[in-house]
Amino acid sequence: MLLMLRRPFFWIIALAVVAFALAPVVGNDVSMRESLLLDALYITLASNLNLMLGYAGYVNFGSIVFFGLGGYICVWLVNSYNWPLIPSLIVAGLGVSGLALIFGFGILRLRGAFFALATIGVIEAVQAFVENFTPWGGSAGVYLSGEIFKPLGGPAHALWIIYFMMVAVMGLSLYLSFAIKTSKFGLGLLAIGQNEDAAAILGVPTSRYKALVYSVSAFLPAIAGGLYFFKSAFIQPSDAFDLSLSTEALVVGMLGGEGTVTGVAIGAFLYEELRGYLLTSSTFANFQLVVSGALLLLIVLFFPGGLMGFIYSRFPRTQKVLE
Amino acid sequence: MTALLVLEKVGKRFGGLQAVKDLSFEVREGEILGLIGPNGAGKSTLFNLINGVFAPDTGRITFVGTDITGEKPYRVARHGLARTHQIVQPLTNMTVLENCTVGACFGKDNLPLHRARAAARDAVAVTGLQDRAEARASQLTIAGKKRLELARALAAQPKLLMLDEVLAGLNPTEVEHMIGVIRRIRERGVTILMIEHLMQAIMSLSDRIVVLNFGQKLAEGVPAEVAQHPQVIEAYLGNPKLAAELQGSSA
Amino acid sequence: MLGILASIIDGVLVGLVYGLAAMGLTLIWGVMDVINLTHGAMIVAGMFALFLLTSVLGLNPYAALLPVLVGGFLVGVALYWISIHRMVGRPPLMSLLSTFAVNLVLIGVGTAVWGTALFNVNVSLPGITMGRYTFPGAHILAAVLAAVIAALLYLFLQHTRLGKSVRAVANNREAAELVGIPTTRVLAISVGLGVALAGLSGVLIATLFPFTVLSGDGYQLKGFVVTVLGGFGNPVGALLGGIALGLLEGAVTPFVPVSWTLVIEFVLFVLVLIAFPAGIFRSRRGAL
Repeated sequence: MLLMLRRPFFWIIALAVVAFALAPVVGNDVSMRESLLLDALYITLASNLNLMLGYAGYVNFGSIVFFGLGGYICVWLVNSYNWPLIPSLIVAGLGVSGLALIFGFGILRLRGAFFALATIGVIEAVQAFVENFTPWGGSAGVYLSGEIFKPLGGPAHALWIIYFMMVAVMGLSLYLSFAIKTSKFGLGLLAIGQNEDAAAILGVPTSRYKALVYSVSAFLPAIAGGLYFFKSAFIQPSDAFDLSLSTEALVVGMLGGEGTVTGVAIGAFLYEELRGYLLTSSTFANFQLVVSGALLLLIVLFFPGGLMGFIYSRFPRTQKVLE
Repeated sequence: MTALLVLEKVGKRFGGLQAVKDLSFEVREGEILGLIGPNGAGKSTLFNLINGVFAPDTGRITFVGTDITGEKPYRVARHGLARTHQIVQPLTNMTVLENCTVGACFGKDNLPLHRARAAARDAVAVTGLQDRAEARASQLTIAGKKRLELARALAAQPKLLMLDEVLAGLNPTEVEHMIGVIRRIRERGVTILMIEHLMQAIMSLSDRIVVLNFGQKLAEGVPAEVAQHPQVIEAYLGNPKLAAELQGSSA
Repeated sequence: MLGILASIIDGVLVGLVYGLAAMGLTLIWGVMDVINLTHGAMIVAGMFALFLLTSVLGLNPYAALLPVLVGGFLVGVALYWISIHRMVGRPPLMSLLSTFAVNLVLIGVGTAVWGTALFNVNVSLPGITMGRYTFPGAHILAAVLAAVIAALLYLFLQHTRLGKSVRAVANNREAAELVGIPTTRVLAISVGLGVALAGLSGVLIATLFPFTVLSGDGYQLKGFVVTVLGGFGNPVGALLGGIALGLLEGAVTPFVPVSWTLVIEFVLFVLVLIAFPAGIFRSRRGAL
């Protein structure tokens, strides 16, 4: 771990996180804070998805299940048992991670496209389940009362705290991606992504590694989900298990360059800013899906390496610094 | 000499095809054992049975006294058994050094990353790939990829190295070089089990030879004995060129 | 007794249509190992084509099958050149992503034009009554047409020169190329057929149930279930898989609330996938 401190990339992440945290504070700019909160959320989702897609080479269309279930567990604990926010978040993270671990051993027996299909099945099954699950409000969802913000010093103050927590979750996601990439675990995952049979023959415990990374990639998105829906004070299945959010996490990863830490983060940031612009512009508001679809198609067809693939090939030295 | 790998009555059937039948032999510590036989004799299947790609239907496989019958490939690798593939299986987007680091990390000694890098460098040097260490595996020539297979298996510090036609597809100069590499590996005390079609090479490299035909053992012995064995000559007579080579190389 | 028989018959009728909905998906999958994630959108395109042809041109719903067949084929060939051709020979996930991207664009355009409102096409045909049960005429006709289309596809694949080329390419693309089959053209034609089948199934489904721009996802998922149940690339298998799914839906309905059927279906889908990963892989080749 100490070795990481000597890597310039460690400090680049630290700098980015501090910049994120301070930017809206400087001008006390609430609308900037809200926009950056979404950026941090996207970076969190995309970075964790990247552990599966970019490292292990598995397309997970259902990554949003982690986010949604985390949101439900957290909201449910806060609402029904009056738990404070932080323990609820931790239980949500651990619970979803644990579920993913158990589930991962089964579903990850599938390779390639079959795994991708099964993840679509998972998201639909979970959503259909929650819509029928009365303790979680069924399809109507759960509303939280305004009281929940009191322990955090009232709504205005609470929103700042939630923002800082989201930025922290983003920072942890980036460090997690970085730490895994530079570890033996990461090397094994990359080998699996390249050629799973060869990796197994070289001694990589493929099943265990895949289940483990599936579970690890669930933890921080679940916490982010808890934070997000706590902030909204409302959760319903169609928001929590929105397939298009899963898709966008894939798109931004491809956009920035799957398998890289920097690329995915920049891709998520740029995409979310673009989306914000498109949603507010009157011409494009209805075409958000079209734009992300066209973007994904162009990247897949012409720039499979994404932004970082381009930068690495133009400036080979950046490979040594930017992971 | 003690037996490193022991096969007892190993059998495997695929649908109607009995790929390997009642096969027993042993690989002794420190030797090079050559495995020959006509195409479709079950040689590659045998490798897949030994390192756990397929589980045998019958029989027992013991490695250094441990029963490894039907163990998963990654566990077999941990016991110190590494292999190369007839059709090369590089991790294409990784560099040569990274490929070998994977081998070293997850091989017999289960090394931590920084020590694995050192072992990988060593394996790269032994196989003569040092100039290409930072190249991506996909950029190598066929000969380079074959060497990479070998380097990666070697990086795992195996007790037993299984080579599946590492000489196939190489030109004479490359074959010479590869034979040199194999001798050097053996001098380091690594036991080798190798499949090869190039008769001259395998006859000169091997201490002993096992001949397979239709999934069964046809003969076993030192190269000179095997080459004179009537049944072996008969099996190869379907292929006069090979039979002639067989005769020639033992003379 | 009659109740059980009735639900079996209804299961078979709906199942045949599910089978048709899956057939295009499994054809493309079987021929080139590409999972066409635009399949659901293409089914919806068939539904809206029917809606426009009947409401604007005043066509008989069943007369819409022919233009949809032709139009679907052309759209499919275009789809091949846009999103699949460059992906042949690259990792399978790339074609998954590229067809998924096209799907997003189609759904995006659809929602921008029609929103997510419910549409329906009225078909009034006399039903057949058995005791207390009446089977709607539209269900019966849709099931019969689905079976006929499947039979035609089967005959095409087994007995025409082009159909045999398709099967050859499915079995071994390189070998097919070596014996002089223009594989690229065959691949493009297969995608054309697959999309045409999606469109046709969309037409038939729209005569049975109301639909929205987003309805395709559900049928595409059912298509996966059917493919996994019935095997790859085989029209007969797709029909059998469809019937199995129809019967399953019929069988669980009396015991659990309707809203739970989906949960059961997807759980079953994931379980079947997990239970037979090797079997699915093995049967993938030469299934046609």
